[in-house]
Amino acid sequence: MTSQQQDLFEYATRLGDSALILGQRLSEWCGHSPELELDMAITNLSLDLIGQARLLLALAGEIEGAGRDEDQLAFLRDALDFRCLLLVEQPNGDWAQTIARQFFFSAFQQLQFQALSQSADARLAAIATKALPEIAYHVRFAADWVVRLGDGTEESHRRMAAAIDNLWRFTDEMFLPDAVEERLTAAGIAPDATALKAGWLAAVTATLGEAGIAVPAPHRPVVGSRVGHHSEHLGHILSEMQFMQRAYPNAEW
Amino acid sequence: MNKEWPLWEVFIRSKNGLSHKHVGSVHAADGAMAIEHARDVYTRRQEGVSIWVLPSSAVVASDPETADSLFEPAKDKIYRHPTFYTVPANVKNM
Repeated sequence: MTSQQQDLFEYATRLGDSALILGQRLSEWCGHSPELELDMAITNLSLDLIGQARLLLALAGEIEGAGRDEDQLAFLRDALDFRCLLLVEQPNGDWAQTIARQFFFSAFQQLQFQALSQSADARLAAIATKALPEIAYHVRFAADWVVRLGDGTEESHRRMAAAIDNLWRFTDEMFLPDAVEERLTAAGIAPDATALKAGWLAAVTATLGEAGIAVPAPHRPVVGSRVGHHSEHLGHILSEMQFMQRAYPNAEW
Repeated sequence: MNKEWPLWEVFIRSKNGLSHKHVGSVHAADGAMAIEHARDVYTRRQEGVSIWVLPSSAVVASDPETADSLFEPAKDKIYRHPTFYTVPANVKNM
């Protein structure tokens, strides 16, 4: 790999891993959602994200050129090699916590993919363009629920506000580019993550305002995913997600 | 207090030019949520281009007890069926 290919591999892996791990997290709701209709909704979201992950990790494998496909990248890497944002690996918690995580991530992903759809890399641009309509629905779904719970009963407001507050410290990581991203931004391939923050904060502030929830005070950013330093949750997610391939290598159906 | 969300009847238009057809029902707190639930439950395989939802409580149904008087009289009036016309070959959806 040239050094730019190396950067691209890293970047595609970051995008793919965040979609994959959030998709896996959401799939945990299957059969456990508060209502049958929400079970369908949340697993639809999960499948959208896993679909994105598949395209992005397939691209990463292609760039790497070492013969690894999306399945091998998803199921045969260890936690240290995963590049998902810390936000997406946080536990589902209650419905409010799941919604807050989705809202923060989807609002960010929408801006990121809008910019990516103009990327100098045609493959990334195509994947981003394809995903944008489903992301628009994710944003709408999550924002609706933030407002519903925030502007609902005393109990739902308390839970929604607590979830927003609890996950806030993981949001800054989305906007802190490292050297890899800076080089890709200079090459017109990746958006400047720092520049996405203002738009994200405006969208989040508007929805929280409607929900009657205060925007949390700035928090020291919790970071680490760029170099594989994850929270303790990722290992547990992988042990479940990768079990079949680890126990029965090359199993297919 | 009833903790169940109210029921909504869902109608989907499968493509432009056809009418909305009843496909089932969803539970939802209000109309906006009912549309989202209908989208998630009934249009996962591109079944539709438009959704209507109506509160199930707004449906007035015929009484099965009166079925005889409502439907029986039409039974022996075959002249009401337009079967004496030939439909041109290129007319669809009829």
